Amino acid sequence: MRLVLERRAERSTAAAVASPLIAIALTLTTMAILFAALGKNPVTALSVYFVEPLTDSYSLVELAVKATPLVMIAVGLSLCYLANVWNIGAEGQFLVGAVCGSWLAVLTQGADAGAWVLPAMLMLGAVGGALYALLPAIAKVRFGASEILTSLMLVYVADLLLDYLVRGPWRDPNGFNFPTTAEFDAVATVPVLVDGTRLHLGALITLVAVAVAAVLLSHTIKGFEIKVVGAAPRAARFAGFSADKLVILTFLISGALAGLAGIIEVAGPVCHLQPNFSPGYGFTAIIVAFLGRLNPVGILIAGLFLALTFIGGEQAQISIKVPLDLTKVFQGILLFYVLACDSLILYRIRAVSSRRGAADAIA
Amino acid sequence: MPLLEPAFLQAIILSVIAASTPLLLAAAGELVAERAGVLNLGIEGMMIMGAACGFASAYFTGSVIAGALGGILAGMLMSAVFAALTLGLAVNQVAAGLALTIFGIGLSGLIGAGFVGERIETAPHLYLPLLTDLPFAGKIVFGQDGFVYASIALTIGIRWFLYGTRAGLILRAVGDNHVSAHALGYPVLRIRFAAVLFGGACAGLGGAYLPLAYTPFFIPGMTAGRGWIALALVVFASWRPGRVAIGAYLFGFVTILQLHFQALHVPIPSQFMSSLPYLATVVVLIAISRRRGLAGSAAPASLGLVFVPDR
Repeated sequence: MRLVLERRAERSTAAAVASPLIAIALTLTTMAILFAALGKNPVTALSVYFVEPLTDSYSLVELAVKATPLVMIAVGLSLCYLANVWNIGAEGQFLVGAVCGSWLAVLTQGADAGAWVLPAMLMLGAVGGALYALLPAIAKVRFGASEILTSLMLVYVADLLLDYLVRGPWRDPNGFNFPTTAEFDAVATVPVLVDGTRLHLGALITLVAVAVAAVLLSHTIKGFEIKVVGAAPRAARFAGFSADKLVILTFLISGALAGLAGIIEVAGPVCHLQPNFSPGYGFTAIIVAFLGRLNPVGILIAGLFLALTFIGGEQAQISIKVPLDLTKVFQGILLFYVLACDSLILYRIRAVSSRRGAADAIA
Repeated sequence: MPLLEPAFLQAIILSVIAASTPLLLAAAGELVAERAGVLNLGIEGMMIMGAACGFASAYFTGSVIAGALGGILAGMLMSAVFAALTLGLAVNQVAAGLALTIFGIGLSGLIGAGFVGERIETAPHLYLPLLTDLPFAGKIVFGQDGFVYASIALTIGIRWFLYGTRAGLILRAVGDNHVSAHALGYPVLRIRFAAVLFGGACAGLGGAYLPLAYTPFFIPGMTAGRGWIALALVVFASWRPGRVAIGAYLFGFVTILQLHFQALHVPIPSQFMSSLPYLATVVVLIAISRRRGLAGSAAPASLGLVFVPDR
């Protein structure tokens, strides 16, 4: 007897809803086993990871703060992936957006500039991220170079650029030689929404991005084009949709959103530019996009869930002394399960006896 | 500056070979997987796991060979996960490969955390009396460690396998047209599974090279994007083993060049020099793809496509 995949005649709605939930359940089970292997009580550990952050208001706010960049980047990436365009360099676009926006903050430092600084910074961040994303898009469309590799290579370049700037020209002269810019002026920081918390305007901007993407995908021709080019490239060609233009468009949108998320992160919770200010949001956002089934609302929920793993991971490191790398392991495992379960939407697994399989093959 | 002094030139060539070997090992393995039609973007994850597990086994056994085997095993286990997803469950290969890399980076950090700061003896270098003592070429040809010879043997072996054996022909057929290969009765998924495992073993060995021969210690994230460069090398090489070797040595050369420039205190920011290998990858990919645009793609025709046999 062996197991074979069999294409479903219709997409199963029940499976579509159940698949992310099954994936999360499987991930939690695997995590429990891993915790036990590390000599921790699985129940305590899981509750530190996933329940405690939900019980106090500080952590709830942190959840929104961490989910903000994840969701914003993932919404952009989902458009790419729907169109079968593989931008995996969002981390680089995130960093370049942060750098471009910070340029203005550094330039106007102490100059008592007006309230125009922050909007201009956000604009610069989005444009910077979009232009940085344009490089792999053009390389793909114009020369046929794999966008997967070029967009990823540019992450390393962006990382080094950031490193150079904060260690060199932009370093805070009064910063005791730490590689960081000076604290941004008040006019160059993202305002908080609720006094005394870290919840900032970026969360609202993210919600707007989610809403716009949802409308774009379900109510506009462009959104339809994106889905057709991704799901049925031949049909798209017959319909006269240009795959090349969509490569450029989706890269521009996702780059702009990643760049915007970058400058919001720097001008919001971080308040100054420093190396390693991102815990890999651009890569985690890829998981968010898939866990959210490439659907804007799904991504919002998925972003909150992944934010939970970041916060839970930090708390678990302090309270039960598990390494921070465990969070990445979980994120990887989660993506494995999500992808595996997604497969069950398209296929069903059937057991066939080898002999019958052979008979079928003849018939 | 004594650039052309033999001793200096010899040192450069030796360091280029050392920097190229992990790239060559990983890229040669990936080439076989891609020739069978499977695009495994998880090389970076398999390499870093190979590095962590390779270091761990060498640390406990005190043997470099055990370390290399540990790395190979880690790479194979990682690639088996990938194969189960992409071949068993028909998951999108790009997404599964990314997941493998994220998972590998995390898990290697977990495994390697206990070994940070520890040191081991690196792999011994070949020494043949007289031959190794030859001026200039002696050390380059007869004074390398086992990994270097293994990587060259591997490249030649893969070339022979792909173009000189019937099994290699079948593997290429599976990569070029899985529907026809299936119709001819070849077990497409089983052949791909073997190819992916082989790629994983090579990536694991390439990763293990880093803490076993390149530096005597393990640092989390020490592969620093080499897995991705290896992927680019396969494209650069137009999926041909000999060209993978040429590409690997070229990239090793760029890496070493920037290190030497940094050491010479050339007034260029070090970060700019460090970004050269990555920028070079982008430029080369564009140049190669552009040339190919005129001559038609050299990629295996079924590369990256999901195959579900209709029994």
